[in-house]
Amino acid sequence: MKIAVTTSGDFLAAPLDSRFGRAARFLIYDTETKTFQMIDNAQNLNAPQGAGIQAAQTVANVGSNAVITGHCGPKAFRVLQAAGIKIYNCNATTVEEALQQLEDGKLQVASDADVEGHW
Amino acid sequence: MKVAIASGKGGTGKTTIAVNLAWCLADTNRKVQYIDCDVEEPNGHFFLSPYFFEKIPACVMVPVIDQGKCTSCGECSGKCQFNAIVRLPGNTLMFPELCHGCGLCLHVCPTKAISEAEREIGRVETGTGWGGIQFAHGILNVGEPMPNPLIRQVKQQGLEEYIQVIDAPPGTSCPFVETISDADLVILVTEPTPFGLHDLKISVSVAQARGKSVCVVINRENGVFQPLDTFLEEQQLKVLARLPEDRRVAEVYSGGGLLLESLPEYHQYFSAIADEVFRKSAEIGYLSAGVQSCKKL
Repeated sequence: MKIAVTTSGDFLAAPLDSRFGRAARFLIYDTETKTFQMIDNAQNLNAPQGAGIQAAQTVANVGSNAVITGHCGPKAFRVLQAAGIKIYNCNATTVEEALQQLEDGKLQVASDADVEGHW
Repeated sequence: MKVAIASGKGGTGKTTIAVNLAWCLADTNRKVQYIDCDVEEPNGHFFLSPYFFEKIPACVMVPVIDQGKCTSCGECSGKCQFNAIVRLPGNTLMFPELCHGCGLCLHVCPTKAISEAEREIGRVETGTGWGGIQFAHGILNVGEPMPNPLIRQVKQQGLEEYIQVIDAPPGTSCPFVETISDADLVILVTEPTPFGLHDLKISVSVAQARGKSVCVVINRENGVFQPLDTFLEEQQLKVLARLPEDRRVAEVYSGGGLLLESLPEYHQYFSAIADEVFRKSAEIGYLSAGVQSCKKL
């Protein structure tokens, strides 16, 4: 399973970014191989609109099965849901802490967007 | 002849200047039309009290995707500049509220899986107000993020042989650019404060980048604010009028009144602004001062 985690850094101990659409990067963690790859999201940082939508498309295109992030707005949620990607809202400090919480079963699958767009 | 009244900062007095200028022009027996392009918060009608005889739904065209024909190739989502389309394997999603209706997706779709449908975003209302002033404004539906298509449709109500006084939305982004795009003269209303000056600088640079003739009206002047005068001098911007800080103006405005009716001494300021309108209309070939109908030559 591939898990996309929003982050401002590019390693497992890097901070979790609470934003989804305008996160700096996605760390895509593969639970089978225990490896990860980084996906840049820089082009969305300054997008005038639709950052969440594009970010969702990006994580879908690399084959993610789940997303861990701070908050997810309604448009990104719709795309992720349509792509069959599970969303976990999480307030962990780092990426690895977030991944650990998921593994320990401490995170719930989000049933809806938890913030308005442009929060 | 199109005169846009704009400002970067909100609350500088755009509508005050626009409605009274329209009134002042109508008072000289010219054909005047007031066009309120502040479609997110139109308020010119409070002052000119138009009787609306036409209400037209304003629509944008949005793509409709035939999932049966769609091959999820991603051409449309890749080309859309507004992030309104998302390609997922076996599913192409559309976000109509982000669509600008440009139609590029229809054009690039290799399997012709995209057609267009209308989506209502607001309405345009036209009528006649005080002094026979023709009136048009747009009202954007609550929650709609994009005023520009509606602004375009409001401006389409512009009457060729009239002096069109166009009340612009505040700010200096797309709605402002759209509003002033075909204006013959842009009058920027500012107030002598650091905020007012900051946004005036941006407005001037945007309007000039669009090749517009720009003049300035200073509102609520209270003493000297040197940074503003220095900027105006550096840029060689013409100041058409300097209206003083005056509590009575706020009182008349809050009551939905026209300054020119309640405070006749303000006529001097508006006739100075009107003179610039006449000067500009003569320059671009509209019949000028003293002629009843401003028919284009």
